[in-house]
Amino acid sequence: MSHTQTSSRKRGKLVNLRNFPGFKPTAWFVLFFLYSPLLYVVIYSFNSSRIGAVWESFSVKWYFRVFENTDIQRALKNSLQVGLVATILSTTLAVMAALGLLRMQRAGKAVAMALIGAPLIIAEIVLAVGTLGLFIAVGVPLGKVGLMVAHTAFCIPFALLPIRARLSQLDMAPFEAASDLGANERQILRRITLPLLAPAIFAGALLAFAISIDDFITSFFVAGPGATTLPVYIFGMIRSTVTPEVNAISTLLLLFSGSVLIGSYLIQRKRR
Amino acid sequence: MTAVTTPPKKQAQRGRPGQSSPKLAYLPIIFLAFAIGVPLLIIVVYSFLEKPSQGTGVKWVFTLENYKALFIQEKLDGTTALDTRYIKVLWTSFYYSLLTTVVTLVLSIPVAMWIATRDARKRNLLVALVTLPFWISILIRTYGMRQIVADEGPIGKFLGIFNIEWSILYSPPATILGLIYVFLPFMILPIYASAERFDFRLAEAAYDLGAKRMTVVRRVILPSIRPGVISGIALVFIPALGSFLQSDMLGGGKTNMVANVIANNFGQARNWPFGSALAVLLIVLTLLFVLIMQGAAQRRGDKVELV
Repeated sequence: MSHTQTSSRKRGKLVNLRNFPGFKPTAWFVLFFLYSPLLYVVIYSFNSSRIGAVWESFSVKWYFRVFENTDIQRALKNSLQVGLVATILSTTLAVMAALGLLRMQRAGKAVAMALIGAPLIIAEIVLAVGTLGLFIAVGVPLGKVGLMVAHTAFCIPFALLPIRARLSQLDMAPFEAASDLGANERQILRRITLPLLAPAIFAGALLAFAISIDDFITSFFVAGPGATTLPVYIFGMIRSTVTPEVNAISTLLLLFSGSVLIGSYLIQRKRR
Repeated sequence: MTAVTTPPKKQAQRGRPGQSSPKLAYLPIIFLAFAIGVPLLIIVVYSFLEKPSQGTGVKWVFTLENYKALFIQEKLDGTTALDTRYIKVLWTSFYYSLLTTVVTLVLSIPVAMWIATRDARKRNLLVALVTLPFWISILIRTYGMRQIVADEGPIGKFLGIFNIEWSILYSPPATILGLIYVFLPFMILPIYASAERFDFRLAEAAYDLGAKRMTVVRRVILPSIRPGVISGIALVFIPALGSFLQSDMLGGGKTNMVANVIANNFGQARNWPFGSALAVLLIVLTLLFVLIMQGAAQRRGDKVELV
């Protein structure tokens, strides 16, 4: 910024309370710390050597390996199927919960909030083994359907976050006006509530999708042998052998996350 | 409360015109009761049951043995002795999480403050850079960290030039470093959210009124970002306490945290009831932490909503 802020002049010395010594280097160090492992993964995905840490020469052969690996394709398909279903279901349920909770009695609201908040507070491993116990007790076969149910459940609080935030900021006047003018609940929902909430619903869905695609622990316990998701497959690869192929998959996923984020940013900016 | 008077429907509708009926929330609540409530209940019930003589699962016989086994070991000759293995696991988890929280906090306050005082353009870019890792798989981030800290990784190679030995992978420092790395953005972002709202003219006013620079920081700036700090502590400590991947991939199974022991009991060790007892203990510890945090926040007059 060109114009100096109202810096306090005292005892003839110019004091800037916005800049403290050490803050800038700390910030740069933290950014370096956050990105160096990711950068390493990307660089070494182009390493021709089998041994991960020794740089041999530039090569894209690991990417070819990834595209030829049918197990990875199957795992990716499972991840996308579970992720899409969980995103649609959790976002729908989150919208219903957010709207319904507005007028719910205090006791009911407390129970609902405890259930919604549980996945944010209780360790995922606990819910994962509990869900495993539930599926075995009820007789749900371990596989994609069970995984979709489990993912939907822990995605709901994440989908709900932006929706609730938006709902609390909304001006109630259009709702009152519509109601006064004789619109029924369904009409108000379709013509006013949902359009006003659309950006938040989109943000919630994106968050739910990211959480579902990224999930490892629950999928590890509940997927069973037939519905291995991508993170579970990658975990198995890392455990059994060291292969630069994982660096190539990781780079592709980084590219995917980055483009989704940039895409959603551009969409939101266009709306404004 | 037993006497519930149902107001006429029209009246209820008028209370807040245009809002949806609370019935809309019934389906999500029923679903969550099934998919979240029942699994938690199952864990509590299993922790009081016996383990079958063979195979996985539970035998429907009530017992308190699982909780006893957390602290007491029965020897072959029938005598009992204090068993510190699981107390150590819990202590390790607590200690690692605490260390992670402290380090991320110390790093995050300067970073958040620095970002908050940049101009709008730069600020948005920096916030995006801090947010991006959140969208990247924790598995991949932990795997990247494993390659960085590996003996033959970049740090090891660099130190090798000076003949300094570097070997931290599969030991506690690697686990802790992994936890710090993964959870750092969770501390920066809430503190930034508070710092961004802070009006720096207040700090300048305090300074003009004669407060020393450190006094301004202590009495004006820090109290203003306290809500963000409290959220950050909760967002880092709670998931760190139940973390699995970092101690598995970086600690090499030698530095077990409580989640790894629970997973092992539901996996290879095939002792579901004992794993459930540990899980119940983890839930209790987590809730205790949440209550302490909320109590501390309320006493200071901060409104903290964890959910």
